[in-house]
Amino acid sequence: MAERSPATRRALWLVLSLVFAFLYIPIAVLVALSFNEGGLPTAWSGFSLKWYASLASNSAILSAALNTLIVALVSTAIATLLGTLLAIGVEMRRQYGKGLEALIFAPMIIPDIVLAIALLSFFSMLNLTMGLHTIILAHVVFNLAFVCSVVRARLKSFDWSIVEASADLGASALTTLRRVTLPVIAPAVIAGALLAFTLSVDEFIIAFFTAGAGRASTTLPMQIYAMIRFGITPEINALATIVMAVSITALTLSQRLNRGVIGQ
Amino acid sequence: MTRTSRSSLLMAPALVWLTALMVVPCALVLALAFFRRGIYGGIEYTFTLENFGLVFDPLYASIFLNSARIAGTATLIAVVIGYAAAYAISAAPRRLQPVFLFFAVLPFWSNYLIRTYAWIVLLNREGLITQLLRWFGYTGEPPSMLYTEGAVIAGLVYNYLPFVILACYAPLSRLNPELAEASRDLGASAITTFRRVILPLTVPGIAAGAVFVFVLSIGNFVTPALLGGGRFQMIGNLVYDQFLTANDWPFGAALAMALIAIMLLVLMAQALAANRASGRTAQAGGDTDG
Repeated sequence: MAERSPATRRALWLVLSLVFAFLYIPIAVLVALSFNEGGLPTAWSGFSLKWYASLASNSAILSAALNTLIVALVSTAIATLLGTLLAIGVEMRRQYGKGLEALIFAPMIIPDIVLAIALLSFFSMLNLTMGLHTIILAHVVFNLAFVCSVVRARLKSFDWSIVEASADLGASALTTLRRVTLPVIAPAVIAGALLAFTLSVDEFIIAFFTAGAGRASTTLPMQIYAMIRFGITPEINALATIVMAVSITALTLSQRLNRGVIGQ
Repeated sequence: MTRTSRSSLLMAPALVWLTALMVVPCALVLALAFFRRGIYGGIEYTFTLENFGLVFDPLYASIFLNSARIAGTATLIAVVIGYAAAYAISAAPRRLQPVFLFFAVLPFWSNYLIRTYAWIVLLNREGLITQLLRWFGYTGEPPSMLYTEGAVIAGLVYNYLPFVILACYAPLSRLNPELAEASRDLGASAITTFRRVILPLTVPGIAAGAVFVFVLSIGNFVTPALLGGGRFQMIGNLVYDQFLTANDWPFGAALAMALIAIMLLVLMAQALAANRASGRTAQAGGDTDG
C-alpha cells in the first residue's frame, strides 16, 4: 500500500481499537462476571469460583451437557465420514453440474428456521418419536456440508496423478483411498471435524425444533436459552465462559491444522 | 470401475442423506403451504392459495416490512463498521494482518445465544452501561435500552460483524496498490481515489457481507425474542409462532417460503452486483476471484 500520513495511520489504528473493543468488551464482561463472588454486575465483590462449583451440582445443566456431547460426537463422526467421501467424489470428477454444487451448498445458506420447521414437519409426518436421534439426523445435514467444503478446499491442490500412479502400481481403489488420498487430506478432515463439532455444540434452533417434547433431550444451547429467558443468573456467566472456551479451543485447533495444510 | 462411477459411489451416502433430510423435508414444507389448516390445528388436505394471500395481509405485510427495516438497518451499520475495520486490517503491517483477521472472526464462532446474552448483561436496567453512567455521576432513572429496536439492531450487528469484516477484507487485501498510486499521481484526492477506484473494486466483498447479514437477520428469531423482549416481531418469530404456538403449520410454511423467496432475490441481486464489479475488475487487470 502507498505511504500513509501519520494522521491517517493513527485514524486506522483508532478504527481497529474501537472495533476490537466492540467485539470483545461484551464477552470480557461476561467472563469477568463469572468470577465475581457476588455474581452481579453492580459491584465487584472479590474473585470466586463458586458459580462454577454450583454449575457442577446443577443436574439439569449436566444432563444437557451430556446430551450435547452425544449429539455433537455422533453427528460429527457421521458427517466427517460422509462429507469427506462427498468431497473426494466431487473433486475427482472432471466436471459436475450446477445442481450438484447447489445441493452441497444449500445446507450452509438455508435459514436455520426453515430447515428446522421442514424437519419438524417431516419427522411428525413420519410419526417418528423425536429425541436426540432426530437432532443427530438433522445436525449431520449442515455438518457434512461444512466438512465437505473444508476437505474440498484441500483437494483443490491435490495432485490426482499420484492416485493414477497408485492404480498403475496395482493398488485397488480402496487401498489407494486409504494409503494415498486420505493421508494427504487428513489434516483437512480433522479440521472439518473440529468445525462440525463446534457447530453442533453451539447449534440451537434446529435442535430446539427437532428435540421433541419433554426435557430428556434438552441440549446445552436449549438449556441456556431457557435460562436466559428467565433473566440473568451468575450461573449462566460461568456456563457461557466454559462453552466459549471449548468452542474457541476447537476452532483455533481447526484453523491451525488448516493453515498447516494450505500453507498460508 | 470408471472414475465417474467411483465418484458417484463416494458421493452417494452424503447425497442420499441430503436428499432424505433436506430436499424432501423442504419440498414437504412447500407442499404444506398449499393446504388448509384443520379446525383443531393439524392439516386438512384441500388445495388452497389462502396461506400465500395471508402473507400479504396488511397485518403480516407490516411485520415483513418491519423485519426488512430492522435487517436493513443492521446490514447498513454492519457494512460501514465492517468495511472500515477490514480496510484498517488491510492497511496494517503484512505479518499482523492474519492475526487481526483471526481475532476479528473468533467471536463469530462462539455460541450465538451467549453473544446475544452478553448484550442483556450490558443493556439491562442495572447493567454495565447504567453502572458506567452512575459512575460518571448520573443519578436519574436508569435508561431503558434493553427490549428496544435499537437493542435488536445492536445484537444483530454484533453477531454478524465478523463475517462482514472477512468478506470485505478479501477484495481489499488483493487490491493492487499501484492502482491507488496511479490515481493519486494523476491528481485525484484521497477521497476521490477511494470513491472511484477502491470502493468499486471491493463491491463484491461488500455485497457478500451485506447479503449474509441481511439474510440471517431477516429470518432471525432469537435476537428479537431475547433483546426485543418479544415486542418486536420479525418473520422468524412469526414462523416460530405458527409452528410452536398457533399451530397453523400451513401458514407457517407459506411464511417460510416467503423467507426463502426474499433470500433468493437478495442472492440474485448480489450475483448481479458481483458480475458488474468483476467486469470492472477485469478492466483494471485485477483478480476477479471472489
